[in-house]
Amino acid sequence: MADPNFGSKRLVVGAHYGLRDWLSQRVTAALMAIFTLALVVQVLFGAKLGYERWAQIFSPQWMRVLTFVTIVSLAVHAWVGMRDVWMDYVKPVGVRLALQVFTIAWLVGCLGWAVQVLWRL
Amino acid sequence: MADTTATRKPRPVYRNIHVTQIVSYRLPPAGMVSIGHRISGVLMFLLLPFVVWLFDVSLTSEISYERFGAAYSAGLGFLPGWFIKLVTLGLIWAYLHHFIAGLRHLWMDATHAVTKEFGRLSALVTLGASLLLTAVLGFKLFF
Repeated sequence: MADPNFGSKRLVVGAHYGLRDWLSQRVTAALMAIFTLALVVQVLFGAKLGYERWAQIFSPQWMRVLTFVTIVSLAVHAWVGMRDVWMDYVKPVGVRLALQVFTIAWLVGCLGWAVQVLWRL
Repeated sequence: MADTTATRKPRPVYRNIHVTQIVSYRLPPAGMVSIGHRISGVLMFLLLPFVVWLFDVSLTSEISYERFGAAYSAGLGFLPGWFIKLVTLGLIWAYLHHFIAGLRHLWMDATHAVTKEFGRLSALVTLGASLLLTAVLGFKLFF
């Protein structure tokens, strides 16, 4: 059988997005940590920090791509985390749904703004 | 079998913890890291528009960069400069705590380092390192 659904392979419950969410939160965390490291190293071991230096850090294409990846990662990471928080503390389904919709709108709004700032430089 | 349910002692029922009970809890270090991870995450989520605004004004042009600096000296709208600094200090703590506690998470996930002693020690290191770095950067921010 191509898709066994018995014994230890039997699917009992759930929508099975738990592992996916868990893993995506860890992967996005690692990507954001790489960005943090790249930024801190450039700030610490570069010219004196002012507008010139700050803009220079974000001018190479690789740094822009890394920043873009970080912005998207942040949205995914924060979505999984905030969803966990709402699921833990907010029991009424209607309120929870409203907060989840707010979370998505909040994150997508910030994501769009940040991407606009990044690519118009 | 039928009479056992009648004679059985009522089992203890644990309702949800009330907010007033939380303040009297004495959490172990790992518990403090855990709730700190959550609080710092929510704080950064709520302040995300402020962070993007900082990203915007600090990077867009030299003129906007001056507005970025002015927010910390002259203030922003009706908010005084010291308040902006205080909010930024909160963000600094949140980032550091979330970052270090996150590394601890990743380390534990990758190595299955789940001994009681490692949990306690790494929690203390997380709390100490994040607070120390916050103090250092806070000093740079205010003085």
